[in-house]
Amino acid sequence: MSRQAMTLVGVWVGLMVLLTLTVAATFGPFGGWTPAINMVIAFCKAALIYWFFMHVREQGWLARLVAVAAIAWLLLLLALTQADVLTRGAFSH
Amino acid sequence: MTDAAPSAANRPDYVSLREPYAAPTQQRDADFMGMYIFLGTEAMLFGALFCLVFAYRSLHPEAVAVAARHMQLWIGAANTAIILTSSLFVALGVHSARQGARRATGGFFLLALALGAAFLVLKGIEYGLDYRDGLMPVIGQPSPVRNGPAGLFIDLYFVATGLHALHLTIGLIVLAVTATLVLTRAKRLPEQAVVVEMAGLYWHFVDVVWVFAFPIFYLARG
Repeated sequence: MSRQAMTLVGVWVGLMVLLTLTVAATFGPFGGWTPAINMVIAFCKAALIYWFFMHVREQGWLARLVAVAAIAWLLLLLALTQADVLTRGAFSH
Repeated sequence: MTDAAPSAANRPDYVSLREPYAAPTQQRDADFMGMYIFLGTEAMLFGALFCLVFAYRSLHPEAVAVAARHMQLWIGAANTAIILTSSLFVALGVHSARQGARRATGGFFLLALALGAAFLVLKGIEYGLDYRDGLMPVIGQPSPVRNGPAGLFIDLYFVATGLHALHLTIGLIVLAVTATLVLTRAKRLPEQAVVVEMAGLYWHFVDVVWVFAFPIFYLARG
């Protein structure tokens, strides 16, 4: 097996380890931090998939920027939505 | 040749140049950039749904946790493992296509196809259990779990996973067509590997959506 194919298999092993970790964390003693931990793990998995499987690694910086641009829009969407729901009633008399 | 990261796969000397491109690297950049933009729009589609789930969770943490405990966690986990493995086979198929290995490309894509089908079968079984448990909107004996904000979370689960299943079904068709084109020599490898690469990108993206859907719906038990 070529070195590149070995890398792909290695990424898959990493993804399966992260999957095991995220399920374990759900039953772990992390309380209110569990959803945050699970989202961080999900981001790590997505990053591995984008970087290695989806060829972002091979691209120039312009194409890389295009590949991840949606993250910026989604962060705006999430931040402003949470700004609404988390502060409802916070400024009422 | 290019200022990008040094990698064997980054030397697209196998690409058959088409109009209006001046160089294989330029054509390759355009191919990938167009696909990344399309997948960005898909990310916004699913991202908006996930954003709604986060809003529900902030507003009704207890109700969402109760509803999430009624999800079939182990089926969700098994499906995550299945779709991650299918992505590995697609990645190996794309790697083979770049080497010009026609049979290996088709074989890996067919393996991924089988795993994708297994994902859908498990999802169907899971929906059956959801129906039995009265979680489905409109049909079945409604469970008390559906009362109030928990019902909104459960409805979003069906919308998001249903939309994902639709994308996965499209992905299965894309994999089947690509495998057929490669195996019948309708597409030549490695010159036309871009067809395989773009099919792969779509499949990996469907995988990424599930990577987020799994913790958002199944692991929100806390």
